[in-house]
Amino acid sequence: MCATCGCGGAGVVGDGAVHHHHHRQHGGHDHDHHHASSAADQHRVIQIERNILAKNAEYATANRTRFAAAGVTAFNVMSSPGSGKTTLLVRAITDLRCRYPVAVIEGDQQTSNDAERIRSTGTPAVQINTGKGCHLEAHMVGHALDELPLAAGGLLFIENVGNLVCPAAFDLGEARKVVVFSVTEGEDKPIKYPDMFAAADLLIINKADLLPYLEFDLARTIAYTQRVNPGIEVLVVSARTGEGMSKFYEWIASHARNGADHVPGHSRASHRAVAQ
Amino acid sequence: MHEVSICQHLLSLVSQEARGHGVSKIVRLRLEIGRLSCLDPEALRFAFDAMAPGTIAEAAELQIDQPPVRATCKDCGAAVELDARFDPCPSCGGTRLELHSGDEMRLLEMEAA
Repeated sequence: MCATCGCGGAGVVGDGAVHHHHHRQHGGHDHDHHHASSAADQHRVIQIERNILAKNAEYATANRTRFAAAGVTAFNVMSSPGSGKTTLLVRAITDLRCRYPVAVIEGDQQTSNDAERIRSTGTPAVQINTGKGCHLEAHMVGHALDELPLAAGGLLFIENVGNLVCPAAFDLGEARKVVVFSVTEGEDKPIKYPDMFAAADLLIINKADLLPYLEFDLARTIAYTQRVNPGIEVLVVSARTGEGMSKFYEWIASHARNGADHVPGHSRASHRAVAQ
Repeated sequence: MHEVSICQHLLSLVSQEARGHGVSKIVRLRLEIGRLSCLDPEALRFAFDAMAPGTIAEAAELQIDQPPVRATCKDCGAAVELDARFDPCPSCGGTRLELHSGDEMRLLEMEAA
């Protein structure tokens, strides 16, 4: 069953696969308890100990395997609505397409406007409309991959639904998570919405060309972000003017070569470890 | 409201596990929701109350464990437990903490009638 897009969930690797229990305290065997107390005489307590998002994790693993087999590095790009994600991607694709084969998955509740903006650059793009859904899930990405060319050595940008909360919880199989944040949003967003900033590998602070016109304390934003996620990398760019974008391309190049060996989201707590 | 999506995942997992164990009625579900996870327990309860009717878990009581976050203080070296994300080290007041847990979202057990 597909809860969010109603697609039926069939046809994606991992669906209906035999699941595995991990009864960590019971050596892997089935272990049904029988309560002796009178009130619960007929009740049995069954140890499960499974991640609630286990199904999403299966799909994410299938996507990750598919990316590795294709030699593609995937980036999950997340932000509030209006931070400039699509503008950033259009500029990045235009600048990078001579160096890498690039493909894009666009997630929005409605319309295919963003995919059309990407396609206008000559880059293949698939639009996912989540309807009422507020984030992308791994199986949706799996469906979209069926329609996209994945070339070895290529990059896949997955532009998540504009939302600074929900997308943080769902692993899509990406190599790295990128959060885009614009200088018009207010310095304290990283501590107001810490889950997103804690989950991300890279923070891109966008619309830097507007800084002269705003009372925006860049240092404070970076300090707040590092308080949530001491290991996060931070870049300041303007997707409109191109300022700072070359640093983003260097970051992409440094991760594109070994994108398959990093699994974010599986150990977020340790990933947030304090920098030396 | 990602709690609605996550509740839907929970109900699917519960129904899959119930089938696997030959269970037809569930009276209690015990979850572990880390204090640094993206889930608000009250929002999850709200979603569960709205979505459980008509499922195998409709009569289930939702028990939510929120264990403290385990961390090591980089300043004093103490192994400590925290209640919330921005809490300082309870031993020395330091804020450089290496976190070891807190983002769990797990179904621990189900009680079948």
